[in-house]
Amino acid sequence: MSLSKFSDKLFSRAALRGIFAICVFMVLWEVGARSEQWFGYRFPFVGLVPPPTDVLVSWSGLIGDAGYWHSWYKSFLRVFGGFTAAMLIGIPLGLIMAVNKSCYGIIFPTFEVLRPIPPLAWVPASIIFWPTQELSIAFVTFLGAFYTIVINVLGGAKSINKQFIQAALSMGASQWDIFRRIVLPATLPSIVVGSAVGMGITWEVVVAAEMISGGGASGGAGGGLGFFIWSSYVGGSYEQIIVGMFSIGIAGYISSELIRQLGGKFTPWLKTR
Amino acid sequence: MSAVIDENLGSLADVSDGAISIKDVVKVYDPDGAAVMAVDHCSIEIPAGEICMIVGPSGCGKTTLLNAIAGFHGITSGSIHLDGELLCGPEQPQAEPGSDRIVVFQNGALFPWKTNLENVAFGPMMAGKQSKAEIYEKARSMMADAGLSGNENNYPGEISSGLRRRVEIVRALMNDPKVLLFDEPYRALDSLTKSVMHEALLEIYYRNKVTIFFITHDLEEAIFLGHRLIIMSSRPCKPKKIVEVDIPHPRDYSVLTSPRFREILNEAKDVVHDEAMKAFEAGEKEG
Repeated sequence: MSLSKFSDKLFSRAALRGIFAICVFMVLWEVGARSEQWFGYRFPFVGLVPPPTDVLVSWSGLIGDAGYWHSWYKSFLRVFGGFTAAMLIGIPLGLIMAVNKSCYGIIFPTFEVLRPIPPLAWVPASIIFWPTQELSIAFVTFLGAFYTIVINVLGGAKSINKQFIQAALSMGASQWDIFRRIVLPATLPSIVVGSAVGMGITWEVVVAAEMISGGGASGGAGGGLGFFIWSSYVGGSYEQIIVGMFSIGIAGYISSELIRQLGGKFTPWLKTR
Repeated sequence: MSAVIDENLGSLADVSDGAISIKDVVKVYDPDGAAVMAVDHCSIEIPAGEICMIVGPSGCGKTTLLNAIAGFHGITSGSIHLDGELLCGPEQPQAEPGSDRIVVFQNGALFPWKTNLENVAFGPMMAGKQSKAEIYEKARSMMADAGLSGNENNYPGEISSGLRRRVEIVRALMNDPKVLLFDEPYRALDSLTKSVMHEALLEIYYRNKVTIFFITHDLEEAIFLGHRLIIMSSRPCKPKKIVEVDIPHPRDYSVLTSPRFREILNEAKDVVHDEAMKAFEAGEKEG
């Protein structure tokens, strides 16, 4: 993107509306949080929340803090580890269930029984199963993305227009050609959607898993963003809780944007719709 | 356009391949015990190179016949031959799909993830008999002949539905088929686009004579394009009346206003109307 294009985008009507909305939100929050101090009357709900200016001050103090960035690094590692494993196992599994009836018959019932179990319900079991706490967290993260990816791939591959396959058969395509040139590209949009949704769930899950499991063997600063929030709460630093929450928001947004950009590269024909 | 048209364009004399012989074909669907006869002892002889229009009300079983020729579905009894070779019959109820019979589908079946050029090149690439460079060279020139220059690197989703149909016909022709099977390909197009498509199809046909098995319920379309109309009865489907269209090829849209066109239209209309009424009264659904 060129600089002028970027500034066009930044000052477009939609972007200005968004910036305006955020500013209004911040002002209301600030006023609400300082209500006791300014008006002598505490607003309900927002009265207890630290004001955004205090959060910013606390955040700026953390910018140079290695432990804070190490929390980012830890959570990212777990998310991408679990997510990559979910893609590597989930995509082939979904595809094989879609194209092979006996595989579907064998795998799908078990899959459907396990699927409704929330990943967080796996936390105690996975702490017992896996030798290190790191692996337990990564496993729970993996589960978060896994089911969504499989269901999307399966649904996408099963709903392929039959006429694509008939047309390819008429033109002399072999079974392998049909898989590689029809089934796989026709499923790609569903893979991208499943991955984007799965990525979101992965962030939800990793944070909770870090809180519950105590954030890994190294503890403290080694525990990831979820543990960062938890220890801030235990330590009574309410500003840092908010910092942790926004950090996760930003981290999740970066991850989803990455998936969207990559997905767009893999499905260039969808850009034109 | 008229410059390239000469007197022989409509003649079938120079076409040797693509004769379809449908003998006594019966198709019974038996989805849940209640047998439904879709095609009833249907016999049609189509000479090589003919544009044969199969006309009938929606849901009468025309597509069943097309699927049997293409090899997408089997038949219950009877036989279908292409140039004397058995496609399907008592020993082999379902034909093998093959590049000698290519279907142009009702809703179009261009692969959306391939560019138009890649779509057109798909068949020969699968056959693997020529080099990639040769195939793409031919694909480009075929697209240019069909007025599709400049759309090679677009995806099908980026061009109009009329152009998409044209790409699909070019993709079919790239396989050097003996027969093109059209399953109401212009049904969803508006009438102005349709008329452009009809002339374009005839133009392509005059250049590459193949047998055309064309399903439609649009009588004007049928008479404008076809050498012959086979008007089918409603379910079960069998030929009810054959109408020869003796308007000489090459044709263009002036044909539509000619007295002979109107005569044939009136003759066919009565038959089709009867069948449509029967289908309507029987409560047939669109399909």
